[in-house]
Amino acid sequence: MNTCDLTLAGTALKALGSGALFWPDQALLCVSDLHLGKAERIARRGGGHLPPYETRDTLTRLANDLEQTGARTVICLGDSFDDLTAARSLPEDERLWITRLQAGRRWIWIEGNHDPGPVEFGGSHLGELSQGPLTFRHIAEAGTHGEISGHYHPKATLATRGRAITRPAFLIDNDRLIMPAYGTYTGGLRSHDATLTTLMRSDAQAVLTGAHPVRVPMPR
Amino acid sequence: MATLPAHFTSWFASRGWTIHPHQQAMLERADEPALLLIAPTGGGKTLAGFLPSLADLSDGEHDGIHTLYISPLKALAADIKRNLRTPVEEMDLPIRIEDRTGDTSATQKKRQRADPPHILLTTPESLALLTSYEDAPRMFAGLKRVIVDEIHALAESKRGDQMFLALSRLQAMCPDLKRVGLSATVEDPDAIAHLLARHPDPCPILHSDPGPAPDIQMLVTDEAPPWSGAGGKYAIPAVLEQVKAHKTTLIFHNTRAQAELYFHNIWLANDEGLPIGIHHGSLDRQQREKVEQAMVAGQLKAIVCTGTLDLGIDWGDVDLIIQIGAPKNVKRLVQRIGRANHRYNAPSKALLVPANRFEVVECVAALGAVKEGALDGDPRGPGPRDVLCQHILIAAASGPFDADTLYKEVTSAGAYSTLTKEEFDACLDFCATGGYALRAYDQWQRLQQRTDGQWQLRDPRSAQRIRMNIGTIQDTDTLKVRFKGRGGKPLGEIEEGFAASLTPGDTFLIGGQIVRYDSLREMTVQVTRDAAKKPKIATFLGTKFATSTQLSHRIIEMFQRDAWPDLPAHTADWLTLQRQVSRLPEPGRLLIESFPHDGRVHAAVYGFAGRNAMQTLGLLLTKRMEETGLNPLGFLATDYAILIWGLDPIRDPAPLFDIASLRDGLDRWLAGNAVMKRTFRASATIAGLIERNLPSNRKTGRQATFSSDILYDTLAKYDPDHLMLNITRQEAMRGLVDFGRIEEMAARIGDRIDLIELERVTPLAAPLLLEVGRVPIKGLAEEKLLAEEAARLMSTAGLPADPPKRDRRVPF
Repeated sequence: MNTCDLTLAGTALKALGSGALFWPDQALLCVSDLHLGKAERIARRGGGHLPPYETRDTLTRLANDLEQTGARTVICLGDSFDDLTAARSLPEDERLWITRLQAGRRWIWIEGNHDPGPVEFGGSHLGELSQGPLTFRHIAEAGTHGEISGHYHPKATLATRGRAITRPAFLIDNDRLIMPAYGTYTGGLRSHDATLTTLMRSDAQAVLTGAHPVRVPMPR
Repeated sequence: MATLPAHFTSWFASRGWTIHPHQQAMLERADEPALLLIAPTGGGKTLAGFLPSLADLSDGEHDGIHTLYISPLKALAADIKRNLRTPVEEMDLPIRIEDRTGDTSATQKKRQRADPPHILLTTPESLALLTSYEDAPRMFAGLKRVIVDEIHALAESKRGDQMFLALSRLQAMCPDLKRVGLSATVEDPDAIAHLLARHPDPCPILHSDPGPAPDIQMLVTDEAPPWSGAGGKYAIPAVLEQVKAHKTTLIFHNTRAQAELYFHNIWLANDEGLPIGIHHGSLDRQQREKVEQAMVAGQLKAIVCTGTLDLGIDWGDVDLIIQIGAPKNVKRLVQRIGRANHRYNAPSKALLVPANRFEVVECVAALGAVKEGALDGDPRGPGPRDVLCQHILIAAASGPFDADTLYKEVTSAGAYSTLTKEEFDACLDFCATGGYALRAYDQWQRLQQRTDGQWQLRDPRSAQRIRMNIGTIQDTDTLKVRFKGRGGKPLGEIEEGFAASLTPGDTFLIGGQIVRYDSLREMTVQVTRDAAKKPKIATFLGTKFATSTQLSHRIIEMFQRDAWPDLPAHTADWLTLQRQVSRLPEPGRLLIESFPHDGRVHAAVYGFAGRNAMQTLGLLLTKRMEETGLNPLGFLATDYAILIWGLDPIRDPAPLFDIASLRDGLDRWLAGNAVMKRTFRASATIAGLIERNLPSNRKTGRQATFSSDILYDTLAKYDPDHLMLNITRQEAMRGLVDFGRIEEMAARIGDRIDLIELERVTPLAAPLLLEVGRVPIKGLAEEKLLAEEAARLMSTAGLPADPPKRDRRVPF
């Protein structure tokens, strides 16, 4: 497994090419913005009928990361479901699949703006979680230190000598880390966007996801 | 209605006109259910189409809409409105004429639906939108005639397919509707007649006098054309001489980027300051309109342009057409030449400027074809099903429908006359449920079948979404370019991918100006003027046409001659030398030259299958060579050859060209290919799976939208037999992949492959070494590029780069 070593608030972390974050000392895996059930929600609201396979695809990748890292604790950092109805509407086999992944692990659902309330799955449901020097919450807050958040789906573009390559990306500076979206049906917000350039310090870095995670100064 | 009403005759006489024979014939045959008129530009074709309507309407007895006119261009509709106004006003006819396009105001559109004009001028998209309203039958009640202008252009595109489907709906509302098609000269009028008529009605074809043969020659310059390249820069002094000697010259280019670069270069050489403008589809509308007005007013000596000026708009007194670069296709060349000299019975004048040495041969071959009137064209195949899916949704938006009735209507459109009920049902199922193997949306169907068997929208509000997505034009993601500052002047558009590759300070050409990229704000590229002499060129998505099959064959035929007295000496000498040291490609055989160069083995494969097919063949061949251990390093493709370089020579070419294995390779290769993803995105948008990327959706660049590539990958992984993938494959095969031409080549060469091993590069292969557009054989190339750039950036920033990791298999 190709990873990129990061340090936040003195804590050694590994960014995985899949977009998950691993905390080896705690055997803790964090994923953000899974948006499970997105296709169902779009269809329900009169949009197109997207291929209804994104939940199984996201879960397949998550299962892989769990196996590769041997994580004992899982944090889903909010927007795990595209909305609360989508959470209730997951087909039976996908519900069972989530239950199987949870077996024998400590599992924490952090609330997000898409899923602001408890869902009918096991595990703890929290607004945010502090563990050691780190705080896990869905949306970044000003004036914090050691914060890990999601919500913005950051992506970064690099103009290489061949072509411009855009990938979902981790953003990290001295204070915070913003996770890329893990769900299969998720887009991204370019790191150039004012929201992100304001939030991140000027010396922030971006880690582009992919087969080999790549660290660069955050494109802005 | 064989004769004109008296006041028409006297109006004609007052202008010193007599009615043309084909105009008279159109009047006499006004009652034909469908009639196709083939006439050269400038032959009074449009008036011929409208005369029966004007005569019929002149008594003021008709209420509501009488004639619907459809043209591929908004500008053409506006132009026709202007031109029709003259006879209507001068004869004081009680006829109301209005146009309706994307530019028409919402108030005007609303009024037109309540109180339609006698003659409505519109585009395929606006027509499709009109048929989507519940009140369409009321609006079109009384419609008698429909005129499809420039039908030859529409016949080649999905816009035409959509329009013919819309006509099938109109015909159901107005059973007596008469159809008239107006076409430029085409190679297969019957094929167009088949599209125009309600299938299986016959459609007679009227040919007007084709007029005198065009005066067309190759521009001979003192300087020989270069060995490679596409710019035609060497001929600029000669072109300027021609511009000076004529009233108005159109200088056509095959791509927008070339037009920009040429415009830049011609101004560097334009010492006398001749008024020369530029016109292409990526320029801002205001900019284009300014050029158009200047042109009509006769203020410009020349316009550097692309295919956007191809269609029959009357742009003033053009007396010379210059085509820069080989025309690639004889039919398009002839239609382009028709742009010059709109006076009936006067020959059009045109000059071809080959951009490189090989194009000299191609231009001479094209001249031969024009002389013989041999036009080229490839049959388009059955109507595309993504357009059909959109048509089904449009029908649903207009109200409940019966599936069998709609199927019958659809098969009355020529392009869909062979559509099976199963194919139709699969499209209907896709529209209703998504058509997935996993039945996920039974609760949220888009279309539902009522108890009486009719289909209707589950949620009536989705009609609005369907209307927002009407159309088949593929808008690539482009970004507006403006000068920096509040209210900065808009310049045009560039592709998003190109914009993403720019870093502040980079310069590029747009609208003939060199500008410097400053920043990207709210999805607008902000630029400032720059005094640089050498810009980076904007890579507008200019479609690169492949040299047609006919033209390719003519070139090979030319190679067989003993001598080439009609070629300039420099080109004839070049071919003679090739014959001495190697040989020239022959009909029915495939020539491969193998030679060392720069420490690598090179193979030049002269397949003559056109750019797109040769590109595909290059990818398939190098893939097979990799599998057989020949270690190819890269290739490049042109219209006539592929050049492959690598570590080991080809010794046994026959197995490489076995068509069955090539097809098998294609299947595996296609799945993960960028061409497929691009095609999928276009087809999925047309079919209504994904919504059009409206500017309003993109403005914020929010994280809510995601790439259609993800949908493609997901479908390919979990539902590989899905209808959308099936459609995508079919579209890609006849589009950019162009596998049909590879099959044509394979059938043509059989097992007659001549592999010649040589000591050094040959005269025919040498220009290939200079061509741009090399394709490296990838693999982990992208990861390498990323790592390389990351290391550079980190070291620039004074940070340690991550140590390179060994390649390992990763689970994703």
